[in-house]
Amino acid sequence: MSVVGVQEAVTRAHHEEWARLVASLTSRFGDLDIAEEAAAEAFAVAVERWPADGVPPNPGAWLTITANRKAIDRIRRENKRDDKQKEAQLLYDDDPPGPRGAIDDERLRLIFTCCHPALAMETRVALTLRMVAGLTVPEIARAFLVQETAVGRRITRAKAKIKAARIPYRVPSAGDLRKRVSGVLAVLFLVFNEGYLATGPGTDPVRHDLTAEAIRLTRLIRALAPGDGEVAGLLALMLLTEARRTARVSASGELVNLAEQDRGTWDAALIAEGHRLVRERLAAGEPPGRYQILAAISAVHTSARDVRATDWSQIVALYDQLVHLDPSPIIALNRAIAVAELDGPEVALAAVDRLEPRLAGYHAYHAARADLLRRLGRGQQSRAAYDKAIELAGNTAETAYLTHRRDQLA
Amino acid sequence: MQYLVSVIHDSASLATPEEMAAIDAFNDRLVAEGHWVFAGGLAAPSSATVIDNRGEEPMFTDGPFLESKEYLAGFWVMDAPDLDVALSLAAEGSKHCNRKVEVRPFL
Repeated sequence: MSVVGVQEAVTRAHHEEWARLVASLTSRFGDLDIAEEAAAEAFAVAVERWPADGVPPNPGAWLTITANRKAIDRIRRENKRDDKQKEAQLLYDDDPPGPRGAIDDERLRLIFTCCHPALAMETRVALTLRMVAGLTVPEIARAFLVQETAVGRRITRAKAKIKAARIPYRVPSAGDLRKRVSGVLAVLFLVFNEGYLATGPGTDPVRHDLTAEAIRLTRLIRALAPGDGEVAGLLALMLLTEARRTARVSASGELVNLAEQDRGTWDAALIAEGHRLVRERLAAGEPPGRYQILAAISAVHTSARDVRATDWSQIVALYDQLVHLDPSPIIALNRAIAVAELDGPEVALAAVDRLEPRLAGYHAYHAARADLLRRLGRGQQSRAAYDKAIELAGNTAETAYLTHRRDQLA
Repeated sequence: MQYLVSVIHDSASLATPEEMAAIDAFNDRLVAEGHWVFAGGLAAPSSATVIDNRGEEPMFTDGPFLESKEYLAGFWVMDAPDLDVALSLAAEGSKHCNRKVEVRPFL
């Protein structure tokens, strides 16, 4: 096999097997730290050996056996210091991994442990990305614009807390499930958003690995809690957003806003699936939560042939519902942007300006103002607002888009 | 596995009779369900004395070792199989004693 072929095989195995590997090791050895280290070592051995020995016929089984041996080696090394007796209890288990269903269950246990409410939100995100999605510490640090050492410390501390406080490695009981699922959704939504609007100069504007992983994990949670409306809502929202991924960034790396996107390039299959989920939730007749409303808004957008055909009154009505549930100024900002299409830029600008005290440091606030001022023919003020938005924006494609818009002003 | 559930309070006021009754009922349940190890309420921090006998002579200092707005008002030591159980017991403890609590595992 070619060098490239082997590299691709390692990458594919990493994508497909990492979480299962960490999950099964954690389950066998009861220690997240040992599991992570052994899984990483197994991949390091694969990188070293596969080019010479060839890619094994069942990479997953090969990785499992290698990682199990690495874990046992480490435990033996550590046991030499304190308890020689324990060593006898450790046997090499070279059985190939179990059937698919069991694998998903293991991965779910891992997700719930990483998203445990006793861990801080940033920790949950970092831990989920490391243990479940298999991102490296430098990758996580880059995705969230923080120091590598800080991410490393966060993960190390989390692993120590999980062990010392005995955070259980299991899917929560039925009674706790709903609450715990909502905590997991918050983490997955953050991961998805970071993928969709990646921050940092030199970062790809859209990190498909993050969005795809978030979708994959949300599907897994949906299989566990098929009746949970918010799970369906979040999945629909992600699918309808992901469907527009390729249309969202131009060939020159510039963000393309919704009005100007080539709707023919939207992914019809993802949109159909997203719409199906939204319809399913409407039919359920339960009061919708935040994700379901956001998904419904996305469904209205993706149902329209073009921006003029969009049912803006329905979008504003959905935002009204959302503001009621979530009084965050960012929701209010998005509502105002929709109001501009319904009642004109002047009404919208007044609503946007009212958010100044809370959103002055947020690039999207200035970008929205800039656009409304431009439409009102107030070029000079618009330019100043674009300047401010460019200064605050962290996404490369968005910066390019805003700069282009500003330079188009007369 | 044992957990220390510390009761954190921000004033010198003691538990009211209603709170005491609620705590007693909760304690009975802990005993009945096998989670009880030990528990106790503490007198005001101003009644504390700090002792340092690392030198030649023991040193006694009047008052708590740390001046703070919030302090330890009491504690439970609970037996629980894992943190999920400990957290749910602690959450009920917080409700019954009407104060914040902190959960910390023993080594």
